[in-house]
Amino acid sequence: MTRGAGSPRWLHPGAWWVWALGLVTVASRTTNPLLLALVIAVAGWVVSQRRSQAPWARSYAVFLRLALLVIGFRVLFSVVFGVAVGTHVLLTLPELPLPDWAAGVHIGGAVTAEQLLQAGYLGLQLAAIIVCIGAANSLASPSRLLKSVPAALYEMGVAVVVAMTFAPQLVADVGRVRAAHRLRGRRTSGVRGLAGAVMPVLEGALERAVSLAAAMDSRGYGRTAGVSPRVRRTASMLLLLGLLGACVGVYGLLDAGSTGPFAVPLLVAGLAAAVVGVVLAGRRGVRTRYRPDPWRRPEWLVAGSGVLAGVVAVAVSLADPVALVGQYSPLAWPQLPLAAAAAVLAALLPGAVAPPPPDVAGAAAGRVPRPDRVGAPA
Amino acid sequence: MIRFEHVSVTYAGADRPALCDLDLEVAEGEFVLVVGGTGSGKSTLLGTVNGLVPHFTGGTLRGRVTVAGRDTRTHPPRELADVVGVVPQDPLSGFVTDMVEDELAYGMESIGLASDVMRRRVEETLDLLGLAALRDRPLLTLSGGERQRVAIGAVLTCHPRVLVLDEPTSALDPGAAEEVLAALQRLVHDLGMTVLMSEHRLERVVQYADRVVVVPGDGAPPRAGEPAELMRDAPVAPPVVELGRLAGWSPLPLSVRDARRAAAPLRERLAALPPPPASLLETSLTPPDNDVSSRDAGLVVRGVTVRHGPVTALRELSLQVRPGELVALMGRNGAGKSTLLGAAVGQYRPAAGSVRVDGADPAALRGAALVRRIGLVPQQPADLLVASEVRAECAAGDRDADVAPGTTRALLERLAPGIDETLHPRDLSEGQRLALVLALILAAAPPVLLLDEPTRGLDYAAKARLAEILRAVRAEGRAVLLATHDVELAAEVATRVVVLADGEIVADGPTAEIVVGSPMFAPQVAKVMHPVPVLTLTDLRPLLATS
Repeated sequence: MTRGAGSPRWLHPGAWWVWALGLVTVASRTTNPLLLALVIAVAGWVVSQRRSQAPWARSYAVFLRLALLVIGFRVLFSVVFGVAVGTHVLLTLPELPLPDWAAGVHIGGAVTAEQLLQAGYLGLQLAAIIVCIGAANSLASPSRLLKSVPAALYEMGVAVVVAMTFAPQLVADVGRVRAAHRLRGRRTSGVRGLAGAVMPVLEGALERAVSLAAAMDSRGYGRTAGVSPRVRRTASMLLLLGLLGACVGVYGLLDAGSTGPFAVPLLVAGLAAAVVGVVLAGRRGVRTRYRPDPWRRPEWLVAGSGVLAGVVAVAVSLADPVALVGQYSPLAWPQLPLAAAAAVLAALLPGAVAPPPPDVAGAAAGRVPRPDRVGAPA
Repeated sequence: MIRFEHVSVTYAGADRPALCDLDLEVAEGEFVLVVGGTGSGKSTLLGTVNGLVPHFTGGTLRGRVTVAGRDTRTHPPRELADVVGVVPQDPLSGFVTDMVEDELAYGMESIGLASDVMRRRVEETLDLLGLAALRDRPLLTLSGGERQRVAIGAVLTCHPRVLVLDEPTSALDPGAAEEVLAALQRLVHDLGMTVLMSEHRLERVVQYADRVVVVPGDGAPPRAGEPAELMRDAPVAPPVVELGRLAGWSPLPLSVRDARRAAAPLRERLAALPPPPASLLETSLTPPDNDVSSRDAGLVVRGVTVRHGPVTALRELSLQVRPGELVALMGRNGAGKSTLLGAAVGQYRPAAGSVRVDGADPAALRGAALVRRIGLVPQQPADLLVASEVRAECAAGDRDADVAPGTTRALLERLAPGIDETLHPRDLSEGQRLALVLALILAAAPPVLLLDEPTRGLDYAAKARLAEILRAVRAEGRAVLLATHDVELAAEVATRVVVLADGEIVADGPTAEIVVGSPMFAPQVAKVMHPVPVLTLTDLRPLLATS
């Protein structure tokens, strides 16, 4: 599988994110269960081929579980609160009579096969999106992604990365403090037990945040070059307006129901404004980058395969709005839209062309965080 | 290189300055050691060098600090990053990235060095500190000594002219501490780096220092001078200096080597004495205990295996700590000491084997039943604390342990007299906080007491107090298991020493036998006096009196 993929190196994290967002685009345009299953399978296979042994790569399982949970909840809610669609009644739950002012809210009653299918398809759509995001998350190191973030967004990026490294530490802290409370003969389960652990954990987190801030300050974080306030203000405004425009444009593109004629121009104009803003704001920092990840042929191929899948899916659904909709009423076996499916299959490419990740020495040797950091009691 | 001109620092709300009238000039290439008790203002002094005090911490700084000609008044810490490298006390809390190589580059990226310069300096630093094999490792998987060296490397890449370190070896085992100190020595001698460093464990560092700054902490101005001169009456001193003071040697020896040369006549005199009566070495011997009824008493660990994920932390380990015994558990970081203590209190479920505390399985115990059988002082004692006042904490302790109100408070008064009971536990000194945690645990009178690295951050006075408490606890007939890197404390109080490596016991025997034979674990006095069988000053004092 690694033939032709070159020697091990980290693929540019941006390429993984473009690829994953391409698949997300496909998933957001369709409710066809076969196509969604294909998206999930493609993402899963690529992850299995190119996942590293680094700590962040282990998050994939969490996303998978979250995806299953979403499907389950979606179906459960439909059973309890949903309005029956179609004619194939599977079972009838006792219906809870509600007062008049709660008209429109509906608890219990008949449950139909169509209704379940609809809920299942929508749940599957959300699950596929979650799985794709999870794939990007486990394939691309969050801190390497930060290195590629434009200088203007750097400070925001630091906040995100620090938050991400703090979260697991916070979990470890809760485990440690609860273990300590057990030693004092206190309750560690239930709400009261957890509440007792909150204060010490938050105090510890605060202390750590302060010492991290001090360390970053003394290592030169936030050194700035002199830039006139006018340039700074213009940059911020362009950035803000641009991102807003881009968001609206993306929404228009992704939401299959409301594609207006303005979506594409708005997206392009917004992105252009944002880029100018980023470049202007970037002049303020003096930061340089150590060993920036290169963008070479594998990056083009990985990102391109994702973009291709997304573009084909958008094109298909624009040409025929119902082509990618999973049909549930009347009941019918789902058909596989061939063009879109082929494009999704193209997104398998990274599994073969992306360079394999380097060996993470410590993780590969089976070294885990030290027991005092894991600390979670049985 | 660094000029302190009549520097005083007063924090907001404090009634007296944390640092008082420091007037000092540190020349280029000097290795200056800052010594003083806990809370004497050592960290404040170090913080003023790159302007963290007062720019980051707040407070008022009187006087002037200049580093390489830059005034910290007009230069905030980030503008001094290329001149002063600061290594924080806990390296992990100062890491910004997650991989070794990226961490080394972080500071250079911040000050905006060119890409090829960064590349070269990272490689140089990896070689200089012997980190090349670790370059692709996630920071979380490093050992304590490795982390400390990476933290030093991370500031070195900016080519600072001054290196400031806050207790770099306090949390390290003896081997890892040597690694870090060797690296520092190399920087000072080969590169002419100016180093300013504070450390509680003077026995490890005082012989390397060119100059010592004593921070008295009672409002008097700090004094600076030659180590041998200043250590004569410094408020804190390592055992070898205490020995020199006791024996009246001049010049005062700072290293084991110097002391051994000065001690030759003393050794001859003591060797000529009749062999010491057994009672003198009593503390170093296991109490004979063949009583059948005590077979299950204390802590009994039988064939325990504990795994953390893929890693086996303990391998079929068996150990018994009997009532009246004080066992010191030693071994490098990650050898399984904390895991063994965790398994003993039922925090980790063993994959094989059994743990019994006075005949009961600790994992099955909850509430007062657990508290009355076993107590553990965790590595971070503050984890045990819940209240916002010492008084409330003691009351909560009485309720948790189900004992008469006031028990904990009375015990605390005995362990550490005169604590203001309206203080927040976090505002206590390290030693006082440890006493509070010990009082909370001992209030329930558990027959087994475990301690995990209790000497972290303690100065010599607080450590001596802890040793006294531990001896008293043992004398009450409790079983004590003490995990520690501190060879001096182990030699002082332990009846038996157990050395762990890789989750297995590699040595187990009476203190005198184990520590004297080991170059790593021998206390300073034992090294100086060998072959005279004394371990610590406590052993030596009566001998000196008789001779």
